[in-house]
Amino acid sequence: MSTLPLLRVQGVGKRYGERSACHDTAFELYPGEIIAVAGESGSGKTTLLNCISGRMRPDAGRVEFATRESGLQDIYALSEPRLRLLARTDWGYVHQNARDGLRVNVSAGANVGERLMAVGGRHYGRIRATTVEWMRKVELDPERINDLPTTFSGGMQQRLQIARNLVTHPRLLFMDEPTASLDVSVQARLLDLLRELTRTLSLSAVIVTHDLAVARLLAHRLIIMKQGCMVEAGLTDQVLDDPQHPYTQLLVSSVLQA
Amino acid sequence: MEPMIRVSGLTKTFVLHHQHGAKLRVLAGVALCVGSSECVVLHGPSGSGKSTLLRSLYANYRVQQGQILVRHRDNWLDMARATPRELLDVRRVTMGYISQFLRVIPRVPALDIVSEPLRAAGVADALAEKRAQELLGRLNIPKKLWSLPPATFSGGEQQRINIARGFAKTFPILLLDEPTAALDAGNRSVVAEMIEEARTAGTAIVGIFHDDEVRNRVASRIYALNPYEEAIA
Repeated sequence: MSTLPLLRVQGVGKRYGERSACHDTAFELYPGEIIAVAGESGSGKTTLLNCISGRMRPDAGRVEFATRESGLQDIYALSEPRLRLLARTDWGYVHQNARDGLRVNVSAGANVGERLMAVGGRHYGRIRATTVEWMRKVELDPERINDLPTTFSGGMQQRLQIARNLVTHPRLLFMDEPTASLDVSVQARLLDLLRELTRTLSLSAVIVTHDLAVARLLAHRLIIMKQGCMVEAGLTDQVLDDPQHPYTQLLVSSVLQA
Repeated sequence: MEPMIRVSGLTKTFVLHHQHGAKLRVLAGVALCVGSSECVVLHGPSGSGKSTLLRSLYANYRVQQGQILVRHRDNWLDMARATPRELLDVRRVTMGYISQFLRVIPRVPALDIVSEPLRAAGVADALAEKRAQELLGRLNIPKKLWSLPPATFSGGEQQRINIARGFAKTFPILLLDEPTAALDAGNRSVVAEMIEEARTAGTAIVGIFHDDEVRNRVASRIYALNPYEEAIA
């Protein structure tokens, strides 16, 4: 067991004016672990995700990431270019709406390939070959490589966004409700794909979701948020099968059994 | 026989916040030791806390008091106080758990569900698949089902997929929550045989079996539980 966390979040808080969106949040994520953050809308889970992924500077606390060169580093103490480099090499960010994470006016292939070029890929043949390989991995027909993402279905766009994120082999993936905007049948396919990819690539991930079934399927650990605070955390099955906090008990008992 | 599990002073109370904070004390001061090559069967009436104890051993339920020491990587680890990371490692390496129900994963074929614990432990795909095929064959799952996701299988078939998955990897400790509940006599006997084999090979087993025949066949010791209210009366 490696003993150093990949990500360490300590006392992170963020206010919008008078309102506290998230308050004193703390957890550690180890290599190969997937943590889900669940809670109702407005509970601060997306704010937390933005704060820990370098997209929004928190008002309080520290976010540290285990960089390849110099171990745990406060990401907000890094220079802008250094943080941007981390964001497009070691991290991936999957948006709820695929269009927010894709460039819709360039081809599917370019969406994947440009991430490779951003990290120094120059050989066109190799970039194209890697792009085709990744389209296959996310179950997209490589015949569609020159088509615009706007001609893809919602589920295909989401898979394309995932390929675009994973092609540079990030070590940490942030996901904001990755399956929420999809039909149930498409959701199952995407969940299965994410499960397989996170396992085979030993990816670590933080997934924000309001869907406890998604957390059960994908995440080793689960954090429950309410009104900006972490009210409960533990192994996913502990939190769902033996919820301790009143809010978690309410949440778990409110889920419809299919 | 080497001690593998040492439970002492175990207390578990459920607090139901949305039922006026009702408190249900299910376990109080439970003590239990289990050694390698032993099969301890938890026995008692419904509501006596058998499942709660078993789930607490796996750290699926969190306990308020007491110790659950488990022999893990040549050390004793207290499951009641271990970090999530340590618990995940225990579940990967030391402790297997077979419940009554298969938690179906959409789209994943039966064969892959069974071989997954092996692949997760680093066993080569071909070898993991071979072991999965052996188990599915032994548990009489028709070959034509192996490549299908079990969502549409019968209850008994799903349960046998679950058992095959649970036995795919050999664990030093195995917890069994009524694995034979929905099986016919023939398959019950196969599962009993697999439990006996695991025990003979050194696995420490704790289980719940409602079926008298299976219980008498596999148990090397019975651990009796009584409902807590009666215990204090």
